[in-house]
Amino acid sequence: MEKPELAAVVFLIVLTMVFQARSNGVFLNLQNLQGMLGLLPEVALVAVGVTLLMICGEFDLSVGSVFALTPMVMGVLLADGWSFALAFPAGLVAALLAGLVNGALTVRFSIPSFITTLGMLFVARSLTVVISGGFPPIIAADAMPRWLFTAFVGPGDLFRMSFIWFLLIAALIGLMLSRTNFGNWVRATGGFLPAAQSMGIPTGRVKIACFMICSLLAGFAGTLQVMRLGAPLPSIGEGLELQAVAAAVIGGTALTGGVGTILGGIVGAILIRVIDNGLVLSRVDANWFKMALGALTVFAVIMNAWLRAKAKGMKVETQK
Amino acid sequence: MTGPIIKVRNLHKWYSGVHALKGISLDIHPNEALGLVGDNGAGKSTLINILSGTQRPDEGEITYEGRQVHFRGPRDAMEAGIETIYQYNSMVPTMSIARNMFIGREPLKASVFGLGIMDQARMRADSVQAIADVDLHLRSPDALVGELSGGQRQGVAIARAMHFKSKVMILDEPTNHLAVKETQKVIGFVKSLKDLGITGVFVSHNMHHVFECCDRIVAMARGEIVLDRRVKDTSLEEILTVL
Repeated sequence: MEKPELAAVVFLIVLTMVFQARSNGVFLNLQNLQGMLGLLPEVALVAVGVTLLMICGEFDLSVGSVFALTPMVMGVLLADGWSFALAFPAGLVAALLAGLVNGALTVRFSIPSFITTLGMLFVARSLTVVISGGFPPIIAADAMPRWLFTAFVGPGDLFRMSFIWFLLIAALIGLMLSRTNFGNWVRATGGFLPAAQSMGIPTGRVKIACFMICSLLAGFAGTLQVMRLGAPLPSIGEGLELQAVAAAVIGGTALTGGVGTILGGIVGAILIRVIDNGLVLSRVDANWFKMALGALTVFAVIMNAWLRAKAKGMKVETQK
Repeated sequence: MTGPIIKVRNLHKWYSGVHALKGISLDIHPNEALGLVGDNGAGKSTLINILSGTQRPDEGEITYEGRQVHFRGPRDAMEAGIETIYQYNSMVPTMSIARNMFIGREPLKASVFGLGIMDQARMRADSVQAIADVDLHLRSPDALVGELSGGQRQGVAIARAMHFKSKVMILDEPTNHLAVKETQKVIGFVKSLKDLGITGVFVSHNMHHVFECCDRIVAMARGEIVLDRRVKDTSLEEILTVL
C-alpha cells in the first residue's frame, strides 16, 4: 500500500472533531494548541527515529533510557562547570554510542534487536542514575541557551523553538528516506534482507547507522525536555519506548520492516498527544488514557490490514 | 573460438569441516548457455555464490576475461559484469519496480562520499525502457514488486541485469515455485540470452528445463564435477546415473 499512514490521518481528523465538540471549543484554542505543540516535539522526535529503525527491520526498546541518559550526561558536565558548547555535544555522543553498541551487537552476533536494546534499556537507565548520584544536578539558569531550543516563537507564541527543530529534523529524515540512495538501502534492508545483501548493500552498516540516528534523536528529544523543565530528572522517558512504537505502528509502520513512512510516525505521535490532551479536556478520567492508546494501536493495525486487502482487491479488478 | 570468459581452477571450499567443493575446475565460454545440475548439497550453490562474490573460496583461482579476480562482495562481481538472479528472488516485494531496478546502483543527482539524492525521474524512465526491452508488459514502474507474479518478478530481475549490461548472467533455480506458463517465459528469457551476446549459467533441479534451453550440461555430485557434456551428446538417463 502506497499510503500506509492513511488510516492514522483519518483517525486524527475524526478525533480532533470529537474532542473539539466535547470540550466546547477549548481543544483547538490558542492556549491548548500551544501546550500540545510544546510537548509534541519530544515524543515525536523519538517516534521519527523509531519509525526509521523499524522500516530498516529493527527495533529499539532503549530510546526511553537514552532519552534520560543524554541530558543527564550534559547536566552533570554543566554542573561540573563545562560550557554548554562542550556538554551538549558530549551528551549527544553518549546517545550515538548507545546506538552504536545496540547496532553493532545486533549485527555482529545476529541476535534480535529486541534483546540487545532491552539490555540497553536497563544499562542506560542504570548509568543515568549512577552518574547523577540519584539527584538531579543543579544547573545554573543561564547555562542552557533556552532561546535556541525551548523559547516561544511564532504568531501568538504558538510554538516553541523545539517545534522548529522537530520540523527541520523530521523533514530531513523524511527526505533522506524517500529521496536518497541511503533511504533506498534502508527500505531494501528492512523489506527483504537477502535481496539487499545479494545486491551488494552494506546491510550491517545501514542498520548500525539507523540505530545511531534513532538513539541520537531520542537523546536530543530528552535534552529538549530537560531544557523545558530546567533540570534533568533520572526518571524521565520511562515507558516512552512503547509509546514511540505505538506511534510508529498507528502511523502504518510494519513490525516486519520495509513498510512505513516518517509522516506516519509523526501522525501517530500527534494522535497520542491528542488523545492524552483531549480526554482531559473532555473531563474523562485521565486513567483511561492508556486504555484508549492500547485500543487505538490494535485498531489502527487492523484498519491498515483491512485497507491493504481492499486496495489489493481493487487493483486486481482493474487489471482484468 | 576465443578463450573462456570464466576459468575456474582447483576451487575448494570447506564449511566447518564439510568439504563442499573438492577442487572444481571449469571453463565457461562466451555466449554459451551452461546448465548446472546436481542434487541438494552437491555444491552447485557454493560454486555460484563464489562466482557471484557472496562467498570466497578457501583455495583455488578464478580468471575472468583473462584476468585473475578476487571478488570481495557481490558488488565486485556485478561491476565486473556477473549478475546473479537467485531462487529466493533478488527483489524486495515492499518496494516499487523502479526502486528495485536500481538497489545499490541508484543514479544520483548529487552525492557526497557515495551518498546522495536519487534521480527518480531517470530511474522510472530507465525501468520502463528496460522492462520493455525484455518484452514484459507492466502497468507502471511505481507498482510494488510484491504485486507481481513470480514470473514477472524474474522478468524484472532479468531486465535489471540486462540494463546494467552484464556479460554473464547466473540464474539460480529461477523456475522454482513458478506456474507452468511462467516457467516457459523464464526459459524463453534464458534462450534469448544467446542472441543478446550474454553468457548464461542456468542452475536447476529440473533436468527438462536444462535440456530445453542449454548448450552444455555440467553435473555436480558430492562437491565434484561428475559430467561435462554438450547437450546433444548426453541424455537424461546418463545424467541421472552419475548424480
